Amino acid sequence: MTHVVVDPVTRIEGHLRIEAEVEGGSVREAWSSSTMFRGVELILKGRDPRDAWAFTQRICGVCTTVHAIASIRAVENAIGATPPPNARLLRNLIIATQCVQDHVVHFYHLHALDWVDIVSALKADPAKTAALAQSISDWPLSSPTYFAAIQNRLTHFVERGQLGPFANAYWGHPAYKLPAEANLMAVAHYLEALDWQREVIKIHAVLGGKNPHLQGFLVGGMATPVDPDKQASINAGSIAFMRGLIAKARDFVARVYIPDLLAVASFYKDWAGHGGGVGNYLVYGEYPLDDTKAPKLFLPSGVIRGKDLSKVEPFDPEKITEQVKHSWYDYAGGDDKGLHPSSGETKPNYTGPEPPFEKLDTDGKYSWLKAPRYDGLPMEVGPLSRMLVAYASGHPRVKELVGAVLQKLDVGPAALFSTLGRVAARGIETLVLAERMEGWLDELAANIDHDLRIHDNDKWSPSTWPKECSGAGFHEAPRGALGHWVHIKDGAIANYQCVVPSTWNAGPRDAAGKRGPYEEALLGTPVANAEQPLEILRTVHSFDPCMACGVHVVDAKRRLIARVRVP
Amino acid sequence: MSESDSWFLQELESRGVSRRDFMGFCSAMAAVLALPRSAAAAIAAEIQKTEKPVLVWLEFQDCAGNTESFLRASRPTAAEIVLDTLSVDYHETIMAAAGHQAEAVLAKTVKERAGRYIAVVEGSIPTGANGVYCTIGGRSALQIAREVCGGAAATIAMGTCATFGGLPAAAPNPTGALGVGDAVPGVKNLINLSACPANVENLTALIVYFLTFKRWPPLDSWHRPLFAYGKAIHDNCERRAHFDAGQYVEAWGDEAHRTGYCLYKMGCKGPVTFQNCPNVRWNGGTNWPIGCGHPCIGCAEPDFWDKMTPFYAHLQGVPGFGVGSNVDRVGLWATVGVGAAFAAHGFMSLGKRWWNAEQHPAAREQAEEAQRRAEDEKKGGRP
Repeated sequence: MTHVVVDPVTRIEGHLRIEAEVEGGSVREAWSSSTMFRGVELILKGRDPRDAWAFTQRICGVCTTVHAIASIRAVENAIGATPPPNARLLRNLIIATQCVQDHVVHFYHLHALDWVDIVSALKADPAKTAALAQSISDWPLSSPTYFAAIQNRLTHFVERGQLGPFANAYWGHPAYKLPAEANLMAVAHYLEALDWQREVIKIHAVLGGKNPHLQGFLVGGMATPVDPDKQASINAGSIAFMRGLIAKARDFVARVYIPDLLAVASFYKDWAGHGGGVGNYLVYGEYPLDDTKAPKLFLPSGVIRGKDLSKVEPFDPEKITEQVKHSWYDYAGGDDKGLHPSSGETKPNYTGPEPPFEKLDTDGKYSWLKAPRYDGLPMEVGPLSRMLVAYASGHPRVKELVGAVLQKLDVGPAALFSTLGRVAARGIETLVLAERMEGWLDELAANIDHDLRIHDNDKWSPSTWPKECSGAGFHEAPRGALGHWVHIKDGAIANYQCVVPSTWNAGPRDAAGKRGPYEEALLGTPVANAEQPLEILRTVHSFDPCMACGVHVVDAKRRLIARVRVP
Repeated sequence: MSESDSWFLQELESRGVSRRDFMGFCSAMAAVLALPRSAAAAIAAEIQKTEKPVLVWLEFQDCAGNTESFLRASRPTAAEIVLDTLSVDYHETIMAAAGHQAEAVLAKTVKERAGRYIAVVEGSIPTGANGVYCTIGGRSALQIAREVCGGAAATIAMGTCATFGGLPAAAPNPTGALGVGDAVPGVKNLINLSACPANVENLTALIVYFLTFKRWPPLDSWHRPLFAYGKAIHDNCERRAHFDAGQYVEAWGDEAHRTGYCLYKMGCKGPVTFQNCPNVRWNGGTNWPIGCGHPCIGCAEPDFWDKMTPFYAHLQGVPGFGVGSNVDRVGLWATVGVGAAFAAHGFMSLGKRWWNAEQHPAAREQAEEAQRRAEDEKKGGRP
């Protein structure tokens, strides 16, 4: 038996450590540990709730909109503010842009190198690469000359001897299965996607001033004025600009990302049999389609248990708890019982080894993440969960695309519960959203013709708020279900809690010893060479880890944190 | 161009960039850096050196926002190529290697290129609880920063967390988070690029400046390059005329807001924030925060999470300006205001120690402790 440590897990956001026991060529046991902690909720205590979105936004700069959205929703829910229709549409556009851009960056820049051997691309025949590219898509950048130029650039890069971010990787590993031509095509699209993401994200710059950390959010609405007759507002010109960017986004997703995904997946179909995980899926739902108190959602909420697609339960926020048996925190009432986030407590208690260290004590506490549970069960959140709930709920476009992908790869629905299923679901969601965005832009254009409201001004002043109030804000971030809970007293934040997608997915074991989704998904993952655990990265990356999001939690009631292990 | 430089032109051509475009980029860079046009040739020559300078990018208590900013480098369009002239040997978010293979790359650079690499730091460094709040490969951020920044030719602190401690250091600073300058005192050639996140165009300009002149640009009292932090946002703001004329947004979405009037009364911190945001803008010059209708939150300034909040409360006593002033008086005061804003810059610098002492006793203790530890180490005392 070999004990494998992957720390840092790279090509993710934040700091993640995986420890695994490998026996007989596959993972027998696994532990997921988050190794960074900031304490954002503690910092929020006593502050103006209208400022909270900017603080929580900085929990993550990759999914740079998600904690802002969850925060303004939580505070609006608490104080009773109602954003007008323009604000809902602006937010839908911002959220969908985030999801589309983020998923593409994940596929090409964070995940692709687990499947694509860059060095092998040096041996590719550009003419054959062109033939391959043209056989899967009508994307115009597909001539032999084009791929020869990409290869030439790559050759120059390698010959200069400074491999930079590509040094010391697992090139030549037996688990890489793509032919050289497919590798070269993927390298070309890696570079194209880098240009593409820079352009598409300009939608955020229009609507939020900049990306990362766009600044157009407000509790009660948005700060981006709309007026067809003003140059400092969202007007016909800015709508035309965004329409062009949306078309560019959709075009690349439909003609490059999806064909690449299918082509790569067809060589890795065995990965439909690995990485299944806990088999429970949780979705809060997203993209409100009307302005009622309980709006219809474009992507529905719901819960699926035990991979049973015949039944989608309604989501009940009261069933969420967080456990700390294996997390570096203590609960006053003992570590064996979970607590609901609205009454959550977090007393840090680092019991891990003194750095520098080689190995964590995985029998005890071993992560800065808590272990969230729904009705006592670990839940996977993210694109796979969303697509499964939408599929099982009869979402027409999702059903159509899931069916088409399964048919193309010649696999059954059970293939979805896997590493490959996660990768495919992310692509399907990207396409569904890229197709839907222009509709929201059209609605915005139609609405600003007669409605210039962007904000619920009546609830801006704290004097209009209840003396004491509580609220929750739910959001589907690219990586999954995100919830913020806020308690406001005398116009200031009295308590703030976030339960975050990567906490759900990357969390450690609970009091009952039940593994978190990463840990469960890693079981049985093949490992050809324990020194080069490429396959472990594949399954972990298929979740798109975002660790800074996961770890932030400190009980806002505590002003001081006991220092531990000071020499 | 000499023979030995031809690889670069080949690379440019393979990416559809003509020699003419490249020289245009170099001229634009010279302009960003306020250099004479003749400097463009020197920049071009320097960029084409055969060995790429090595850069390692460390992430500590970060959100990867500066990494994302880095990925948005877009103006001029040749910016990506310029960054290609560096060898980014270590960057957790983009590098292919993982685990001990990744750490081996970093160790190799630190050892074999001692004193000849550039370190970029993103995120603050927790000094509380002996560094357990951030570990990478089993080592604490502080241990890594001391080693890597300590051996670097220069360290660029990218973003307000790495520069001043940023969000994790906001009161009550639960983890004893510090910026690089405070956590690793005495680090050589420290350049701070504050803002949340830092604008990548300023990083590009900084690197080109260094490659061209073999020295770092003049800095303000916070170690920030004057070419990017030399003027208040207020003084370059496209809405400044409305400030001077006393035309303000009063409510979100009102006629004034839609017209693009001054956001001062909605809480804008532009008068006390020093950054070239209004000039360089963001995402290829598409927009900037005030341009989208939201006030500046002062993200480039020290302790902005504490000093600039509540974000929607308007600044008190910006000299030369008073809410309710009549137009004649505003006109007169506005003239005074320009000088006063610069005076405020200096005042804020002086006020830093006072501010930390009064508002952040925890931060001050951490800073003092870090200082003590560093001194002890020099004396060969505690590890």
